[in-house]
Amino acid sequence: MTLHDLALYLVLPLLGIALLLALWRLLRGPRTPDRVVALDLMVTLGLGTIAGYAIATDQAALLDVALVLALISFLGTTAFAYYLQRRPEA
Amino acid sequence: MTLIEGLTALLLLTGAFFMLMGAVGIVRMPDLFMRMSATTKSATLGVSFMMLAVALHFNDLAIGARALATILFVFLTAPIAAHMIARAGYLRGVSLWQGTISDELQGRYDMETGELESGTPAMAPPQGEPED
Repeated sequence: MTLHDLALYLVLPLLGIALLLALWRLLRGPRTPDRVVALDLMVTLGLGTIAGYAIATDQAALLDVALVLALISFLGTTAFAYYLQRRPEA
Repeated sequence: MTLIEGLTALLLLTGAFFMLMGAVGIVRMPDLFMRMSATTKSATLGVSFMMLAVALHFNDLAIGARALATILFVFLTAPIAAHMIARAGYLRGVSLWQGTISDELQGRYDMETGELESGTPAMAPPQGEPED
């Protein structure tokens, strides 16, 4: 079993299961902060998926995407937190 | 399989395991703060393991620097983001798990301005009976 096979057939499916679990929490709630946490986790899982895919396909250029994704997810989570704090009760 | 390949495989599997545990945590834990505690730490650790695996696998200075920059960035921002969501959730009155035995923030937040009062407790002394 080469490293490519390991990444493709073991690591990426594990991360896929993890993404489905996080998606379940995103859809179910029960309140908005729970969904924001689930979204944050999904972005982090996406970083891992990009790393695994970069190894599986030997494409190092994908790592730039991971860096930008990490940056944007922080901005998004911060914006969500401000929005949650300022918004009147709902 | 060389030593580098074995080490990369180990790091990849460890990272994927930690991330899966974070996802299990967000499904299984009973309230927002426990979910956050489960996901933030383990997912961050998982990402750093996988990025280390990438840095080992490609064995190139530019790529390794990029992977390490990603790790550094995630380690810097994940706690801040988690703290901000937790604070927003607490100020919005997200309910705690029914089995919670202690909420040290209770009465400490000014719910209007969101300011946290610190220092010596201004409230009643501890509620619990002294232990026998």
